[in-house]
Amino acid sequence: MAKGDPLLEVSHLVKRFPIKEGLLFDREVAAVHAVDDVSLTLHEGETLGLVGESGCGKSTLCRAIIQLLTPTSGSVKYRGKELVGLSRKDLQPVRRDIQMIFQDPYASLNPRKRVGQIIGDPLSLHGLASGSQLRREVQQLMDRVGLQPEHYNRFPHEFSGGQRQRIGIARALALRPRLIIADEPVSALDVSIQAQIINLLDDLQDEFDLSYIFVAHDLGVVRHVSDRIAVMYLGKIVERSPAAVLYERPIHPYSVALLSAVPIPDPRVEAERKPLVLEGDVPSPVNPPPACRFHTRCPWATEICSQDEPPLAEYESGQAAACHHPRNVDSQMIAGATVAVDSPASASDVLPSQTEREPAVTR
Amino acid sequence: MNPSARPNPEPLLSVEDMRVRFATEDGVVHAVDGVSFDLRPGEILGIVGESGSGKSVTAQTLMGLTRSPNASISGSVRFHGTDLVTASEEQLQSIRGREISMVFQDPMTSLNPVYRVGAQIIEQIEAHKEIGDDEAKERAVELLASVGIPNAKERVDNYPYEFSGGMRQRAMIAMALALEPRILIADEPTTALDVTIQAQIMALIQRLNEERGLAVILITHDLGVIAEVADRVLVMYAGQIVEEGSLDDIFYDPQHPYTWGLLGSLTRLDQPPPDRLPQIGGQPPSLLAPPGGCRFRPRCPHAFEKCTELPALEERLPAANSHADRCWLEPSEKREKREVEGRIGLGAPA
Repeated sequence: MAKGDPLLEVSHLVKRFPIKEGLLFDREVAAVHAVDDVSLTLHEGETLGLVGESGCGKSTLCRAIIQLLTPTSGSVKYRGKELVGLSRKDLQPVRRDIQMIFQDPYASLNPRKRVGQIIGDPLSLHGLASGSQLRREVQQLMDRVGLQPEHYNRFPHEFSGGQRQRIGIARALALRPRLIIADEPVSALDVSIQAQIINLLDDLQDEFDLSYIFVAHDLGVVRHVSDRIAVMYLGKIVERSPAAVLYERPIHPYSVALLSAVPIPDPRVEAERKPLVLEGDVPSPVNPPPACRFHTRCPWATEICSQDEPPLAEYESGQAAACHHPRNVDSQMIAGATVAVDSPASASDVLPSQTEREPAVTR
Repeated sequence: MNPSARPNPEPLLSVEDMRVRFATEDGVVHAVDGVSFDLRPGEILGIVGESGSGKSVTAQTLMGLTRSPNASISGSVRFHGTDLVTASEEQLQSIRGREISMVFQDPMTSLNPVYRVGAQIIEQIEAHKEIGDDEAKERAVELLASVGIPNAKERVDNYPYEFSGGMRQRAMIAMALALEPRILIADEPTTALDVTIQAQIMALIQRLNEERGLAVILITHDLGVIAEVADRVLVMYAGQIVEEGSLDDIFYDPQHPYTWGLLGSLTRLDQPPPDRLPQIGGQPPSLLAPPGGCRFRPRCPHAFEKCTELPALEERLPAANSHADRCWLEPSEKREKREVEGRIGLGAPA
């Protein structure tokens, strides 16, 4: 397959968790709208950064992609093959290709198993190696991720957080996957160690020809690794953009706020800066606000935002944002915007050019 | 803070050679190893360091929270004529909450889930003050409103689970402020929170500092947070302070290689990204057997023979105004070595 072909295509993926009540007959009284009509594409060799705060559905999305959770509706295609609805057995070969790295290096390793076994299990489960060959492969992997191969027989508790994350990476690499989904792989680590792990993932990408989906809760970490970034809020993608452009000209107000919330480690710059501090909290995904889900916290929201769900509008800069009042765009960009093909089904087709340029409502 | 108003302020809290050791099954952990610093009235003092650097143990020891049969604590913490290290439990009771209070990292586990939020604040007020139930409740509502809880009148009767993470942290701060303490110790107050909520909480702490003159010890691993609010900074590594100075000293004229490494590994969203993230090689040392000499030596690309001897925390610059560090390099060498690709950094590993 040539570089640039879609490796993964997620379209209109929905995952709801029903909330049930009743003694004899469970009846669905409400649902957590964890992922609500999300579409994204990942190309071979590419890294997609997926950013959003807790509860925005980013982890649920990852789990629904690799079918650890069954999607409520929508489709996930890996190399053109539909994954939704596949049996466990049929999923087996795909699982070899798509691996995951988890956030918490303390909780994602079995404390009773030795490191060699943790890393080697995927190989023996898939019948790829055994005996001395298995040991040799595991030790090569350990060496590659920066662990000492002599530590083959140690237990996870004998390692520090950063080293444990390296064990998790070695385990994910064991089956030579094509795609690695890294769910907040550095969030639990110290700053000086974060850089080590990100650089390691970066090197491995070239060496093993990997594609990544890299999940994070702020925009600082993903910048170094991502080619493209998708920003999620309350189960929806509010903006997707080539990485470099997003940091210069975020279009969606939520992206603006996320960027602004990362403090700049320079006191003089920080003293001059007027950060956009969002008011209030993320609303409950059980009962998300109607129309634009961000309108309850958005400083630029107007009447239309609570009445009409904005479509994902595609701009000529390669960005796409679901907002009636886009930021950092000029009249020419607004005029050229079109409704993206993967815009959610529930959204209208009212483009920013058709909304009145109303003054911001101050809250 | 306005430093000119207080030319030579008497420190509010003075820590002298604090050492905290814990006996564990594996041996003695030297968690804090000779830490001395002053907290001045009305200032925000930032303590930065990574996990295991001893920053939280330092803060907890100030409040007498590390006392246990297997802990050995020495040194002194002077606060208004009392030494908090040797003070009786009763003396500490009257200081905790009333004079010095603390906010912890995890607002989920610091509130009791089976009591209403208001009841927990009221309990604290009533424990220290002769005050009627109604009046205490009124005060609780007032406090919740002052930290930005909307509809505080109704919210006061909520249980913690009905609060979001950010609101719980606000409630913890309200509780910490209930008795109008002079010092607030905030131990990673925003680490468990989302970035947009983190910005709200830091703005709140800053407002309390400005409006009430509340002195704050802010413990964090994030130099970005420090740059936003702190007046002075202590950088800790492996149980010791490796550098101490004003905010400008630390960010624009850092003297210790570990500080360079920390500054270098930060992502700056206002600048184009470097090709490769600068990293500090190796792992933080075990505090069971810390390395001899300079603690940072095993990870420092600039180490030389003299580093096998532990440098004291002292002013090493000609015009240093309480800017001190633990590094043997000459100031001129430091200026040269910390320049990495046009910004401050640790440089490549040796």
